[in-house]
Amino acid sequence: MNGAPLTLQLLNFCAALLLLLSFAMLSQRRIVNLVNLLAVQGSVLLLATLLLAARTGQHHLYLSAALTLGLKVILLPWLLHRLIRRLGVYWDAEPLLNISGTMLVGVLTVVFAFGLAQPISQLASTATRNAIGIAVAVVLLSFLMMITRRKAMSQVVGFLSMENGLFFGAMSATYGMPMVVEFGVALDVLVAVLVLGIFFFQIREQFDSLDLHHLESLREEAGHGGRS
Amino acid sequence: MGGGASVELLLLLATPLTGALTLGLLGARRFAPELNIGFSLLTFLAACALAVRVVAAGRLIVAHDQFFIDAFNVFLVTLTAFVGLTTAIFSRPYMRVELEHGRVRSTQLRLYHSMYQLFMSTMLVALTTNNMGLLWVAMEAATLSTVLLVTLYRTAASLEAGWKYFILCGVGIAQALFGTILLYFAAEHAIGAEGVSALLWTHLNGVKGQLEPAVLGLAFVFLLVGYGTKVGLAPLHSWLPDAHAEGPTPISAVLSGLLLNVAIYAVVRCKVLVEGSLHSALPSRMLMGFGLLSVVLAVFLLWRQRDIKRLFAYSSIEHMGIITFAFGMGGAVANFAALLHMTVHSLTKSAIFFAAGHAAQKAGSQLMDQIRGLITVSPTIGWGLMMGSLAILGLPPFGVFASEFLILTTAMREQPWATPILLTALAVAFAAIFGRVQPMVFGETTAKRLPHPPALLPVFVHLGLVLVLGLYIPPYLADWYRAAARLIGGGG
Amino acid sequence: MRPIEVVTQLLELAAALAAAPLFLGWINQCRAWLQNRSAPSIWLPYRGIAKLFHKDAVIAVRASALFRLAPYIVFGAMVLAAGIIPSMGTRLPFTRIADAIALVGLLATARVFMSLAAMDVGTAFGTLGARREMMVGFLAEPALLMIIFVASLISATTALPAITEHLATQTLGLYPSLAFTAVAFTMVLLAENARIPIDNPATHLELTMIHEALLLEYSARHLALMEWAAALKLFNYACIGFALFIPWGVSTGQEAPLALLASIPVLAAKLIVAGGALALIETVSAKLRVFRAPEFLATAFLFAVLGLLVHLLLGA
Repeated sequence: MNGAPLTLQLLNFCAALLLLLSFAMLSQRRIVNLVNLLAVQGSVLLLATLLLAARTGQHHLYLSAALTLGLKVILLPWLLHRLIRRLGVYWDAEPLLNISGTMLVGVLTVVFAFGLAQPISQLASTATRNAIGIAVAVVLLSFLMMITRRKAMSQVVGFLSMENGLFFGAMSATYGMPMVVEFGVALDVLVAVLVLGIFFFQIREQFDSLDLHHLESLREEAGHGGRS
Repeated sequence: MGGGASVELLLLLATPLTGALTLGLLGARRFAPELNIGFSLLTFLAACALAVRVVAAGRLIVAHDQFFIDAFNVFLVTLTAFVGLTTAIFSRPYMRVELEHGRVRSTQLRLYHSMYQLFMSTMLVALTTNNMGLLWVAMEAATLSTVLLVTLYRTAASLEAGWKYFILCGVGIAQALFGTILLYFAAEHAIGAEGVSALLWTHLNGVKGQLEPAVLGLAFVFLLVGYGTKVGLAPLHSWLPDAHAEGPTPISAVLSGLLLNVAIYAVVRCKVLVEGSLHSALPSRMLMGFGLLSVVLAVFLLWRQRDIKRLFAYSSIEHMGIITFAFGMGGAVANFAALLHMTVHSLTKSAIFFAAGHAAQKAGSQLMDQIRGLITVSPTIGWGLMMGSLAILGLPPFGVFASEFLILTTAMREQPWATPILLTALAVAFAAIFGRVQPMVFGETTAKRLPHPPALLPVFVHLGLVLVLGLYIPPYLADWYRAAARLIGGGG
Repeated sequence: MRPIEVVTQLLELAAALAAAPLFLGWINQCRAWLQNRSAPSIWLPYRGIAKLFHKDAVIAVRASALFRLAPYIVFGAMVLAAGIIPSMGTRLPFTRIADAIALVGLLATARVFMSLAAMDVGTAFGTLGARREMMVGFLAEPALLMIIFVASLISATTALPAITEHLATQTLGLYPSLAFTAVAFTMVLLAENARIPIDNPATHLELTMIHEALLLEYSARHLALMEWAAALKLFNYACIGFALFIPWGVSTGQEAPLALLASIPVLAAKLIVAGGALALIETVSAKLRVFRAPEFLATAFLFAVLGLLVHLLLGA
């Protein structure tokens, strides 16, 4: 990329930062930090969107940047912080796989993502096509985080981070989705977090904890009377 | 093409949305269930009007190409609106009893009714939209609107089911979003930067031959996994039985009868595009593989069920597998059979859930060991459950027999290897379900006969329709199915 | 072999030998300043080494020849390493026989001999230190190799001078891969040179010490050599860092006595800044428990791998 324009270099840097943040999330056990990392991820995404908008001159990207700022940098982290305070969940339990193991799997995941994104990157005509691989990696790493975590809160952060990755992928492959779709997706994400907020209170009311250990009783053969 | 409008469509989409808002704002009123029925009835009437118009005038593209109705989705729209209506009718007495039993509070019923209408509206949007992105949005919204319905009872098990439902479908739907992005990417690559129109199904369908096969193949994998999760295809099915068993029965009925259909609809729409681009049997093979896997897994898990709603939830997975397999085979006959099966399964399964819901309510337990002698307690429930089970098991003269027969005979001709697997699965399912239902209906009981027979009109209406469809498919309906089957294409 | 190359080589070796203790002194001084202590003289490491050379060596009764030889081997390896690293010029005769991977091997050789010597006498502390040293090395080496691979991939060679030349002459740009590896390298440097947060060079606390435990049995000239070698090691690592991440100002041309002269103040400036930065890091971070060291180094390794992946993915 020698001699590439500065905006593109910065964009690549943002992509690299997103990957780094994914790993940071994967290794972070304090839920408050996790949410902060999510906010930082949103900010990097915002920066990338703005850079791309400046580079391509596509106006709808400014709109989607505003959406990112409002939703992913400010509103969602604020909602989650509030939720954490009200529910009093600050630490995740020991993850299912220890941190080093998770990291190792994470590295392999990135390699896999790279392979997956290869055919797409080759076809893409956007200047940011190299970042597609990173976007796929972010998605898969978030997925990994959802699998290895026990607390509902961490899983939600993983879910949102996955959405961020998808958003970044859409951006680097096609300069973003049509605005209608982007708005719809944003709305869904917002509603999802609100629904989850209600949901968490229900869970805690029932179990006094947000540990998903409790949510492991329904098995294939289990018969639940329900009317006990 | 064009920016025309359709009053019927507007009415169809606006009615449930207005219903959701009205019911949400009005709060817990005594007439809320009736209002719910009223809105559902209006929706159904709009759907009928729309169907009449589409049958008369052919396919319809409105609102700047954002919505379109063709033979394939109009019958699903009508079916959805119909089952939505009957479920609303069923839900009125059912939820009243639940309220009396203290399982729900009246404030929760406000949420229930509002979300019910919202759920209907998301499904109708998903069915009628022309925009693959909007389809995704509507599917996700359908999940979100039902999560809180699944957890309505606030029991530990229902919360767990809701969480599983949310996370699994959330993750699945994220895969579908990625698939949609890839689709958009391929479209932009093929037809240039056209912004919004690059995600319109009709546009994509027009240029599907030019879409990049490598990308579309990848997109299909993600779309199938994503929407397949919602269909309840193995191995991502585990949310389905939990959500069905732990939610209120009307919700189980619409989840099984409608949401799964809508998810299959999304998969088939994607398949049509991908097959046109790939010119290979990969999408078909994937559908057949996942379908068959779901059938086999579901019938063996049927044996281990003790909860009546879980039993029929697994049966839903089995039937979704059969439908997916049939769409995978493709061709006029298999598609026809699959569409017919979607219709009859939807009608039968919701009827079964209605009956099973009443049975469990009367017995005070969803455990099958505790439900005995329904025929003595309440002959209507007993016969409803028995008839429904016989229908879903594919006994003639019910419609399920006709569709399964068609699917099996096509499989014998096209994919002979799969026939023994399907036959075995159907036999196992028969033994499992009949073996459970028989003692529930005819078993010894000490319970007394109910003074008032419960209103089970929806059950018998559904079963009557299924029976009619088994004996005689009206010509206009058959034409409709054939047109849809042609649209879907595929196969040899 | 051109005369200028020989001159460069000799100048580099001389600079390394002379400046290494000074660099250590500078770091100590910075640390003292940052910690509000009165700073020791910057020449203190020299005095220490000189004093030790004048003393009579005391050697344990059971020590074998290995124990005596180790300081010379370690010191030799460090001097040789200093000759390979292009700290002032890239035209170095030594580098024709050894590339960056050989350099890592050279550093590993020094470590092995140091650990063997520490175990040779058979004291508990020596063995303990050796074990810890090997653990740190076992984790730090792959990270260091990974860092070098990233630079090698960017410049398509494993020869350190060629890497430096390539990196120094390419267009300026943002290289996320190099940024990640730079972080990884800093962490490896801290671990390998017994700095905080892995080890504290200023104490002899037996529960935590690594480097000091290895040297407990040494005295006089042997100890002096070991100390000097340690200073050289730190100096070498700093120079590897300069070569990979801030390669500007190194003389790259064939005939450039002037450029060579100019590279001396540049190197001095880099060392001054690096020393200050190291002191700052050491001041603000707390010593980790020994058991946390693997985590620290795994993070370094992860950073290096991420650098590699980012390079492969983004080509940057």
